[in-house]
Amino acid sequence: MIRLKGLVKQFPGAARAAIDHLDLEVDEGEVCVLIGPSGCGKTTTMRMINRLIEPTSGTIEVNGRDVTHADPVALRRGIGYVIQQVGLFPHMTIAGNVATVPRLLGWDDAKIAPRVDELLQLVGMEPDAFRDRYPRELSGGQRQRIGVARALAADPPVLLMDEPFGAIDPINRTRVQDEFLKIQRQLRKTVVFVTHDIDEAIKMGDRIALLRDGHLVQHAAPAEMLAHPANSFVEDFVGADRALKRLSLITCVSLANPGTVTGAPEVAAETSARDGLAVMLGSGARALNLAGGGGVVRLEDFFARNA
Amino acid sequence: MGRRRLTVNFVYKIAGPGKRWCRRDPVTWFLRNWDQVAVALGEHLLIAGSALAIAFALSLAIGIAAARSGRVFDAAMAMSGILYTIPTLAFLALLIPVVGLGKANAIICMVAFSLMILVRNIATGIREVPSEVTDAARGMGMSSREILWKVELPLAMPVIVAGLRISAVTVISVTVVAAYVNAGGLGTIIFNGIASDYPPKIVTGALAACLLAIAVDVSLAALERRLKARRAIA
Amino acid sequence: MFASAWQYIVEHPDRFGAALWRHISLSAAALLIAAAIAIPLGIWLARRTRYALVAINAANVGRTLPSLAVLALVMPLLGTGFAPALFALTLLALPPILINTYAAVRQVDADVIDAARGMGMTQRESTRLIVVPLAVPVIAAGVRIAAIQVISGAVLAAYIGGGGLGDFITAGIAMMQISLLLVGAIPATLLAIGTDFAFGRLQRALTPRGLG
Repeated sequence: MIRLKGLVKQFPGAARAAIDHLDLEVDEGEVCVLIGPSGCGKTTTMRMINRLIEPTSGTIEVNGRDVTHADPVALRRGIGYVIQQVGLFPHMTIAGNVATVPRLLGWDDAKIAPRVDELLQLVGMEPDAFRDRYPRELSGGQRQRIGVARALAADPPVLLMDEPFGAIDPINRTRVQDEFLKIQRQLRKTVVFVTHDIDEAIKMGDRIALLRDGHLVQHAAPAEMLAHPANSFVEDFVGADRALKRLSLITCVSLANPGTVTGAPEVAAETSARDGLAVMLGSGARALNLAGGGGVVRLEDFFARNA
Repeated sequence: MGRRRLTVNFVYKIAGPGKRWCRRDPVTWFLRNWDQVAVALGEHLLIAGSALAIAFALSLAIGIAAARSGRVFDAAMAMSGILYTIPTLAFLALLIPVVGLGKANAIICMVAFSLMILVRNIATGIREVPSEVTDAARGMGMSSREILWKVELPLAMPVIVAGLRISAVTVISVTVVAAYVNAGGLGTIIFNGIASDYPPKIVTGALAACLLAIAVDVSLAALERRLKARRAIA
Repeated sequence: MFASAWQYIVEHPDRFGAALWRHISLSAAALLIAAAIAIPLGIWLARRTRYALVAINAANVGRTLPSLAVLALVMPLLGTGFAPALFALTLLALPPILINTYAAVRQVDADVIDAARGMGMTQRESTRLIVVPLAVPVIAAGVRIAAIQVISGAVLAAYIGGGGLGDFITAGIAMMQISLLLVGAIPATLLAIGTDFAFGRLQRALTPRGLG
């Protein structure tokens, strides 16, 4: 769906290229997370996809079309764009904000109003309550959700998101992440998601692209990157606790065997293996019973899996 | 040869309006009468300075009260705002039946004009002092009065000086006009020049007033910058 | 005193009317011309910091110049009458409008502009739909300040033959006739206060609802 070939960005006067011959492919319906240390070029890469930054050389293909030299304005109207500070237009109502791209594209008013309501529902905000409010009346988390709704308004196939949940407090962040994943499961957009938080990358990404100094270091699914980091840089970046992080990607039920152990604590079957391990450590038990006859997970099963 | 002629003529054409200036040279007049200008300048500074001092003292009292109370602030802004809107010459004229002509007239007018900016800046400056700082001061055992004079006002200085800067320029401008109600100052030279249709006087007086305004503005701006730098908290 | 002032107006409606009309037209014309120049210029400059520095510094200097000095300096160059007065008053009105317009456009949140660009607005669309509505309140404030400057300056325009209500004031002072003086001073004051109030209303009306 998105193909970057030999992408180079050299800012004038900079010592090295910000992006140095980057090759990256994002499949349709995939969430690709761009991550890396400060200055690695993840935001620059994302902003080249919708040509807010022009590449020095290389090609960008979206949906099979070479858009490197196409009209950037038309390109952007077909790509959803969400930034950390959201950038809601303070002088427009929520409905006005969400309707921006459809209006730019010349949609009928009759088509726009129900679409706005549909999107507000999608992001979990009651249309009647929020349609006519103004951005300053909303909390940070609410604004970010409107930002997502606004990006999805014209039903673009591609979504670019630059640290979209970074400005939200940690408690609400988890909730907004979960809601976005729910929406993504429903809509199956092609998403390029920039973050600096490895835990967010593992949670949100179908594949993670780890960048360093403008180079792609590893491009793999989270489980793969955690199990087989390409080099010591990746190892360091994902953290020394990567074995634990891997556990958060699987559920207890995937490790379970039939049966029960009397006296063992009970957890829901879909509990993550990591949380299950935490329960065992906390209670001193060496096994967990899974609710609803899901079987039993023993401590040994964790080690067997990790091999 | 022909091209040189053309250039000279061209230059003269452009300088046409300026010719009236140059024919009776303001610079020569100034050099011959610099004492007149100096006296006028001295008067100007005296009137403007005293007006500013009085206005500042008054505004300080009102401004401190306005910083504490939103209602005082709104009332003060409303009233001083109306005064500020009144055209300069109209104000001076309206004072004539009350205080006659002369310096007192001018000074009252200038104080009235300066109130709005000074009160607003003093009140806002005090309000903008971060609450952590006043909190810490109170925690250390400072009385309200000590906090005001040792913490709030010093930290509000950049904003207050910004207000003083605007008021100083306003006051200088009013003083120019006030010459017409016999207050003295650089305006007298301008008015004399107009009355006798003698451009050098007009130009000298006007330029002197402009230069004075610019000089005062620039120096207070520099002061404002230095104060801001020293008080930077972030 | 007030009675005789009123009587004068009643007895000389043409003279008063002419002076009032001259005052209003002088002020309005100067304000409109200044706005027509300074607002587009301010928007244009907001994107070009190199030229902006020079222009804004010049405007800042211009703002400090005493009004009467500016009017007086125009006289040897352009003579007396309506046109020179209009020229001088326009010069007085330019700085506040230019400075406010420039500041208004610059202060629009960069993130909002980035979002607008990223969503696919052209430069012109983002200026029209985003920057201008958000800048209008501060621009209106600048025009309001300029309006008061200009009305006050128009009173002084009497000195360079511009006409207007200042004529009554200067005549009144010269002849020490308080009633004549009031014929100029009171209407001028009311005009100024009224205009300020009207512009205040306009400013509030032009502030987009979302900006409070």
